[in-house]
Amino acid sequence: MVSNDFSSDIPTKMSTKIVIAGGFGAGKTTLVGSVSEIPAVTTEAVMTEASVGHDDTSATPQKVTTTVAMDFGRITVDQQLILYMFGTPGQTRFWFMWDDLVRGAVGAVVVVDCRRLADSFEAVDYFETNRRIPYIVAMNRFDGRLEYTADQIREALEVSASVPIVDFDARDRSSGGTVLKTLLRYALSNSPVAAPVG
Amino acid sequence: MSYRKRRGSRIRPYTFTGGRTRSRHPLMVQTLVSTADPSTDAPAKLMPESQRIYRLCRETRSVAEVSAELKIPLGVTQVLLSDLAELGLVYIHPTITGNSPSENQVLERALRGLERLFQ
Repeated sequence: MVSNDFSSDIPTKMSTKIVIAGGFGAGKTTLVGSVSEIPAVTTEAVMTEASVGHDDTSATPQKVTTTVAMDFGRITVDQQLILYMFGTPGQTRFWFMWDDLVRGAVGAVVVVDCRRLADSFEAVDYFETNRRIPYIVAMNRFDGRLEYTADQIREALEVSASVPIVDFDARDRSSGGTVLKTLLRYALSNSPVAAPVG
Repeated sequence: MSYRKRRGSRIRPYTFTGGRTRSRHPLMVQTLVSTADPSTDAPAKLMPESQRIYRLCRETRSVAEVSAELKIPLGVTQVLLSDLAELGLVYIHPTITGNSPSENQVLERALRGLERLFQ
């Protein structure tokens, strides 16, 4: 191994994260798998939910323990920097987990299945509403064709004018890589230097 | 007379963490961790789960990877790692969130890396 200034690699490695969101079956896991250098991994989070909003627990004051699965992948960008991609749990009732996942992310991709636009609405709405991190919309070309234009998607899903909308094939590594590059470029153009405080 | 069926290795997550559910260190799923001194053995006083984490982290990996590889739920992994960091046994690497201008350099590096990897 070549010795250099970073011969002790312990303090010099760092990591960052991109969130891959979208409706159930839109192609989140496929995207993570096609760009990741490792097979997509699933980890489980045991979440203790307060019973608020769950009528099945209204009779019992105890908290409910739920196991939520998350897929993730990894890209070693260079010797010191690793980029992780985390897929959000697809089921709507796990929204409470999104805040944890989104915290500290440099950006998010909302994967849209054009055949089931309505399924993507909640994910878009989440990022439009909380505006904590930059996000882009990626239309997954199932069967190689798209039923809508980017403008139609923007109108239907109420995506802000500044948010990039791209189309891609979640199964294709290069196509998936282009989505990640688009997100990073957008995140950099939205950097905190230019953003108003508040 | 019936015997209670043993439930295998299913133990309440809190058993490991003394009831705590929050870690004291900013450990996100993507945060990298590594054993501070990979050449030493795990202190014998550590719980078996913490010893496994200690051994696994001789090679740097993320909190999510530790959780997935050892099949320990994420929240428990975070608390155990936090304790190991508190004892000076595990090093927590910097996590780049893009929230400060100084981190833009790193994001630009990430973009250049992706441009190289996905041409």
